[in-house]
Amino acid sequence: MGVPIQAKGLNAWFGKTQALYDIALDIPPNHATAIIGPSGCGKSTFVRCLNRMHETVPNARVQGHVQIGAVDVYGNGTPAVELRRRVGMVFQKPNPFPTMSIYDNVAAGLRLNGIRNRHKIEESVERSLRQAALWDEVKDSLKSKSGASLSGGQQQRLCIARALAVEPEVMLMDEPASALDPISTSKVEDLIYQLKEHYTIVIVTHNMQQAARVAEFTGFFLMGRLVEFDKTEKIFTTPRDKRTEDYITGRFG
Amino acid sequence: MDNDNHSGQETHVWKVSFVRRLVNSAATVGMACAAILVVTPLVVIFGYLVYRGIGALNWSFLTQIPKPVGEPGGGMANGIVGSALILLIASAIGIPLGIGSGVFLAEYGRNRYGDVVRFTADVLNGVPSIVIGSTVWGLLVVTQKHFSLFSGAVALGIMMVPTVTRSTEEILLMVPQSVREAAIGLGISQWRVTVSVVLRTATAGILTGIMLAFARVAGETAPLMFTAFGNQFWSVSPNQPAAALPLQIFYYATSAFEELNRQAWAGALVLIVLIVGTIGIVRLVASRGLMKGAA
Repeated sequence: MGVPIQAKGLNAWFGKTQALYDIALDIPPNHATAIIGPSGCGKSTFVRCLNRMHETVPNARVQGHVQIGAVDVYGNGTPAVELRRRVGMVFQKPNPFPTMSIYDNVAAGLRLNGIRNRHKIEESVERSLRQAALWDEVKDSLKSKSGASLSGGQQQRLCIARALAVEPEVMLMDEPASALDPISTSKVEDLIYQLKEHYTIVIVTHNMQQAARVAEFTGFFLMGRLVEFDKTEKIFTTPRDKRTEDYITGRFG
Repeated sequence: MDNDNHSGQETHVWKVSFVRRLVNSAATVGMACAAILVVTPLVVIFGYLVYRGIGALNWSFLTQIPKPVGEPGGGMANGIVGSALILLIASAIGIPLGIGSGVFLAEYGRNRYGDVVRFTADVLNGVPSIVIGSTVWGLLVVTQKHFSLFSGAVALGIMMVPTVTRSTEEILLMVPQSVREAAIGLGISQWRVTVSVVLRTATAGILTGIMLAFARVAGETAPLMFTAFGNQFWSVSPNQPAAALPLQIFYYATSAFEELNRQAWAGALVLIVLIVGTIGIVRLVASRGLMKGAA
């Protein structure tokens, strides 16, 4: 089941450059929330702060408070590695492990976290691939084909399956469809639609139609600040802020 | 060009100028020549070895140890086994050290300490093999008061380290950051990411580096003169002086006996075949076990 995400007073830096300013945002559970905004506005940095990927970049720094379910993300003694198991992430460019088979790709999260039970792994691989709507396309070549041999759209669904296999509570998606063709994109969007029954989804997107299609809530970021956060409908029809309106009507960005 | 033009317009035909075509063919011929030039020495060396060595190569050459000087027959079986053992132990020393320091340089070496390690490896790579041999002689042979197979393996193992280190580092840096991020995002611990994802992705390239290092030391003679020393008899003990193919080739080639000169050629042929064979087998096994699509 999905859990809510709460950010309060969140600031982030790359070296001396501040990328996020005092972000406060409540993301509801079991819904999809879109993060939109022009390039370089801090969308990606924001989601990468939620699973502590931001701090893996040299000289990057975070300050503030994030709560995911019962977990204080930046609390003393919260291990980043444990946290990331509960917060799945899908990246902009499909990044399957190139030398692993389709099966091994999906099983990687479980195996490399020490799970040895063959039966359990097998079950979880099938369930995840079905959830990611990839099972029928790959079930005959699970162990004979490498993850890198799939098409771009299939690779991205494989990456989603890989993230689902560790049974996270939250799914962060950083422009998951921006490198895909329209058909693959619509498959990934269908998937997001189904996944939010079980997960809390945060999706960064450049594509405002996409935000409107998949997300109930939308946050608009501009120059490292959260300008507006509301129901998607509201953002796209009657935004409160002039800058939001300018952006969604295509006046800049 | 397609004459059946739907719009009815005249088809534009690109004219490639004469000079451009000339430059193009000159470049093509030039590169073909360069490719042939690269392959030629290898073919010549191998052909000449077969020509000179095949006569002395027979079953007893591969299965017998040297006969006393002056007696006909005998072989290099002890040298073949000795070389194999020395290279096995050298690899056991050089490969883990090399991979370990390569991983360190690639994953944690973006700092002063990494620069020191990198510089040291490059210097070590440039140290003449005879200097490494005499150093190991001073440290191991002199203190133990006898030549040994093990000291020879140490000398060759040290020589393998810098090549394996630097090639491992280069290959690991080629593993895309996105692959590391994918693994980190799954909540996999740092060392697991390095070992099970990054190293695994880079296996094919790391193997190439190892094979380069292996081939380089397999034919080394100078460092073995002060360490493994050579042996006319059977010996597989790490603590005893050991025969090795390059040493035997060297002694036989400089011998006054024609029979031994011929055997030196045969020994050189066997050495080349064994090195190429080992590399071939490793590549074959590796390509079976790995998924295609690695960078």
